[in-house]
Amino acid sequence: MSTPVLQVNDLKKHFPLRGGLLGGTTGYVYAVDGVSFDIAKGETLSLVGESGCGKSTVGKAVLRLFDITAGQVILDGERIDDMPSGTLRPMRRRMQVVFQDPFSSLNPRMRVRDILAEPIRNFGLAKDGAELEAKVAALMDKVRLPRDAVNRWPHEFSGGQRQRIGIARALAAEPDIIICDEAVSALDVSVKAQIVNLLQDLQKELGLAMLFISHDLAIVEHMTHRVAVMYLGKIVEVAPKRSLFAAPKHPYTEALLSAVPVPEPGAARERIILKGDVPSPINPPKGCRFHTRCPYAFDRCRTEEPPLRAVADALGEGHVAACHLHDLSPAENPLSGSKGAALLAAQ
Amino acid sequence: MALLEIDQLQVHFRTPDGINRAVDGVSFHVEAGETLAIVGESGCGKSVTAMSMLRLIPEPPGKIAGAIRLNGKNLLELSDREMRQIRGNDISMIFQEPMTSLNPVLTVGRQIGETLRLHQGMSKAQAEAKAVEMLTLVGIPEPGRRVREYPHQLSGGMRQRVMIAIALACNPKLLIADEPTTALDVTIQAQILELMRDLKHRVGAAIVLITHDLGVVAEVAERVVVMYAGKKVEEAAIGPLFRNPRHPYTQGLLGSMPKLGSSLHGDETRLAEIPGLVPSLKQKIPGCVFASRCPHATDLCRSVAPALELKAPNHVAACHYAPREGAMAA
Amino acid sequence: MSTLVSPGGVAATLPHEVAAATPMPDIMPPVKQRKGFLGFLWRNPTIAIGGFLVLLMVCVAIFAPFLWTKDPTALAPAMRTREPSAQWWFGTDMLGRDVYSRVIYGTRVSLTVGFSVAICASLIGLVIGLVSGFIRVADAVIMRIMDGMMSIPSILLAIALMALTRGSVGNVILAITIAEIPRVSRLVRGVVLSLREQPYVDAAVAAGTRTPMIIIRHILPNTLAPLTVQATYICASAMITEAILSFIGAGTPPIIPSWGNIMAEGRALWQVKPYIVFFPAVFLSITVLAVNLLGDGLRDALDPRMAKRL
Repeated sequence: MSTPVLQVNDLKKHFPLRGGLLGGTTGYVYAVDGVSFDIAKGETLSLVGESGCGKSTVGKAVLRLFDITAGQVILDGERIDDMPSGTLRPMRRRMQVVFQDPFSSLNPRMRVRDILAEPIRNFGLAKDGAELEAKVAALMDKVRLPRDAVNRWPHEFSGGQRQRIGIARALAAEPDIIICDEAVSALDVSVKAQIVNLLQDLQKELGLAMLFISHDLAIVEHMTHRVAVMYLGKIVEVAPKRSLFAAPKHPYTEALLSAVPVPEPGAARERIILKGDVPSPINPPKGCRFHTRCPYAFDRCRTEEPPLRAVADALGEGHVAACHLHDLSPAENPLSGSKGAALLAAQ
Repeated sequence: MALLEIDQLQVHFRTPDGINRAVDGVSFHVEAGETLAIVGESGCGKSVTAMSMLRLIPEPPGKIAGAIRLNGKNLLELSDREMRQIRGNDISMIFQEPMTSLNPVLTVGRQIGETLRLHQGMSKAQAEAKAVEMLTLVGIPEPGRRVREYPHQLSGGMRQRVMIAIALACNPKLLIADEPTTALDVTIQAQILELMRDLKHRVGAAIVLITHDLGVVAEVAERVVVMYAGKKVEEAAIGPLFRNPRHPYTQGLLGSMPKLGSSLHGDETRLAEIPGLVPSLKQKIPGCVFASRCPHATDLCRSVAPALELKAPNHVAACHYAPREGAMAA
Repeated sequence: MSTLVSPGGVAATLPHEVAAATPMPDIMPPVKQRKGFLGFLWRNPTIAIGGFLVLLMVCVAIFAPFLWTKDPTALAPAMRTREPSAQWWFGTDMLGRDVYSRVIYGTRVSLTVGFSVAICASLIGLVIGLVSGFIRVADAVIMRIMDGMMSIPSILLAIALMALTRGSVGNVILAITIAEIPRVSRLVRGVVLSLREQPYVDAAVAAGTRTPMIIIRHILPNTLAPLTVQATYICASAMITEAILSFIGAGTPPIIPSWGNIMAEGRALWQVKPYIVFFPAVFLSITVLAVNLLGDGLRDALDPRMAKRL
């Protein structure tokens, strides 16, 4: 197996909570608490979870938009989490980002040409003005926007068009991997399909790796090769797409799948409605973090944290989950079968 | 007679660069006890339609025309005083953002009790007792304690439950839910949808559900109105609408949604896109509003606006080319 | 999936006669679109009115000698305390000087002080705000100093500073500028901190942009709108402060006519000759009002959400 484009080992990010008279640290938000994964060349890994699970923090930490608390981020064999900013800058070219909000992700006071030229100039990817201009035009073609739109301002575009500009900016650096932080979540259904198709085409055409951060399981299933499910700062399950959707091996994944509304009226689905809300990441539960909402929790879950380890899956290799249920005999384990179809009402 | 009848509703707004025809000639009705969904993308006029049912459109810059009849009484002809009697009592509303639609300085109990004391003249003690009862109804644990808490002490899902409790406190005949689960996480959304399905049987209020999510529609609604660019383009019961959509826009919307579970049987097709953009509502569109994005549009579509036609029993669509029942080999 | 009518299924020929929808009439009269600069003024009447009055005052200040004025410092003991008349439009003061000419020339001092303070305080505040918005260590120190300065009412601070120096227009500008800096730097710091959180700034960092370029290209241009609005408010407040300083004799030297010292000189005669105080007061009020109108208009036009921040 070739070296992964991106490798993350035991990443932790704890945000200090400041308070009191002297502004001292009164506690931590355990936003990301020991996350590991890797992404191969040309592969899409999706990070799914609900708000506050730390998935966006992982994205920003990987991009080194802030310093991490512990762990390693390895881009193409080189550790970048402790790299001084001077050495890091040329490395940044290989990893670009597309954000969720098409409105705040473009500087309102820059024309499209300048937005796209910024990374090209920063990384010295064009020898002269003519080459720069040609590259900008090629980027506009790639994201299917008219070339003459480079002279316009961001506010003259619709949400979907702005997201195309955001994608073009990410491509301008000619990266190996793109991090899509909820890149299609803010868009309307019909526009969302346009952007999803564009991202898929570009990935095939350019052989990009992708970290696709999203809460939308239907889009994730459509886009991804592998899925990592996060809950309260931890990854609870990682599996190739088909394995995950056909045979979820963590109770949280199972509940998540059954909770997504499907546009098929009267579909007979098995429903798992979780009780209560996600606990606070300031004071995460002891033991398994999911035990407060888990329908199958037993005593061991409340005291001992389950490690992430390989689980048996008829559909293939590479399925890992963090759940004590897999220590039980298959007869006692509610997650041993392949019940994805029943959860999704997929025939 | 239907509970609510919307007849040729128009809501226009005056803006510096032209009249925004946010809703332009929309008619539909809601029967007592049924759940009607209004779906469409942002800017289609679905939320404006909802707001106008409670007459919450600021005038000016807005202006409403047409008729909104609740039990035969046209709400647009009522005085402000009479309208206040209707709001919260006969018709109530749940909003998308549960945090900003609750008052942060009043306890949950006070906020539920307020409408009861206002509309039904209950005493303070009665109102509090009813508030506890309402919280129990919407599935909030320890209602006796929660009733004295403030909104910031509750989680997002709990707040939306409180909003529903407030909306249902006076036994309204009609509940308007404007994107009630859009701001919520998927597991919390499942809880709220479950609650709405459950309450529908227990309370018996008609629900108008405004949403952009066809999945949510399929879970709770009985009938659907599809809106596009300020017009109703299709209306049908959910079964026929999802299985046999007649309008190309509805077909496009359904086709552009990725299907959960698609990887299980390997039909990983490319998503169907609807090309282009929603037209500006500040220009009058001569033909069909969807013609600029429709894969089947002809010169006829671009010049003559199609009327809403009965395409099958209880199934109307505004498309020249959508076949009528019988004309189609189904 | 079989749920969709296949594109071919929507027949290429009309299956039946065309049913045209009844066109909906407009329910309000058409909007007359006003484009360009005049359209902008039409949509923002506060900017139009405020801008016009400010411009008028600037013209008055520039063309003071040509506005039928006399020498504002010429004494005429024989013509003391004349009531307003065709000869002395605003009357004369107790030294026989023409109040009209003094008020018109006084415009120069007020506007000079107002504009200078607005520009100086904005520029210095911008630099301080940027530094403390970007350098955490400096931020803690700078903001505590600014808190300290803000705990003294700005008028008292200005009086104290004036007490240290000789009365001159330059020193008045300096004193008021120092008193206004904390407000500007706090505003800029707040704006910078919120801009740093913007995704486009994160994207620029990821695109390898160096910090100085981030500031110049992404932060600075987006602070200018709120700063411009704040500058107009500072201008208005500086004109009032200047008038107060001159009124209590701690500001513009008496040799130069300013609205503040005209009012100070007329104070003793307020009961019998109110016009000496009245006219400069009206000019001061109108000018301050005009500048504030302009500021409110700019705030609404540039960014409605900013109204909350100021």
